[in-house]
Amino acid sequence: MSRRINWPLWSGFALSIAAFFSYFFFFIRFPATRDVPWATLILFAIAIVLLVIGLRKAVGRRILAWIVTILGILVCAFFCFAIFLATKMLPASQGAPGIGAKAPGFALLDTNRRPVALAQLLAEPSTKGVILIFYRGYW
Amino acid sequence: MEEHLAEFRAAGIQPLAISVDTPEESRDLSTKAGYTFPLLSDRNAETIRRYDLLHKGAGEHGRDIARPAEFLVDRHGVVRWRNLTGDFRIRARPEQMLEAARQLR
Repeated sequence: MSRRINWPLWSGFALSIAAFFSYFFFFIRFPATRDVPWATLILFAIAIVLLVIGLRKAVGRRILAWIVTILGILVCAFFCFAIFLATKMLPASQGAPGIGAKAPGFALLDTNRRPVALAQLLAEPSTKGVILIFYRGYW
Repeated sequence: MEEHLAEFRAAGIQPLAISVDTPEESRDLSTKAGYTFPLLSDRNAETIRRYDLLHKGAGEHGRDIARPAEFLVDRHGVVRWRNLTGDFRIRARPEQMLEAARQLR
C-alpha cells in the first residue's frame, strides 16, 4: 500500500517555518527587507496558499491536515505580531534629554575595560561632537 | 555606522555605542561586526536611566536594557539632534546623523 505524501501541505508548513527563521537570520540584515518585511511576508503568503491547497487535497487524515495548516498560520500570525506590534512596545522615554538640553555625563568602560568619559571626549580640541547610540545589546 | 565612520571623523564626530552588555560581550559583538568605534558598558543601566531610556525586562532573561535611541551632542554637552525610534527594528540612518553632524560648529 503506497502512502501518498501530501506535498503541498508539508511543503507549505516547512515554508512557513523557513519564512519565520529567514527573517531573523537573513532578511533582518538589510534595511530594505527588515523595516517592511515584504520578502518574508511573500514567503508566508506562498506557504499559506500551499497549506490551503494541501488541506483541500487531504483525503483521510483530515484532522492532521487541519492541525498542520493552523500551525502554519499561527507561525505567520506570531511573526506579524512580533514584527508589527511587539517591536513598537517601547517605553515613552519622556525624560530623555531633548534638543537644547544638557546631555547627562558619564564614564563607562569600553571593550578593553578602559573608562571613557563624555566630558573628556568633548574637551578634545578635534571633537566637534559625539553621537551616542544606545542599543538593546547583543543577543 | 562602521561604513560611515570616516565621514563622521571628517566631521569631527566621535560615535559611542552604549548598552547594558559587559565589556566582554561588547567585545564579542565588536569583533564579529568589525566595529572600530567604542562600545561602552552600562552594566547597571545607570546612564541609561539618566537618559530615561530604560526598557524594563525587555532583555534576555528579563534583563533591563536600553530602548534604542541616538543623540548628537555638541562640544558644550548640549543635545543638538536626537532620534527616539518608535520601532526598535528601525534605527536612524547614518546619512541622517551625518547631516545633523555637519551643522555643528
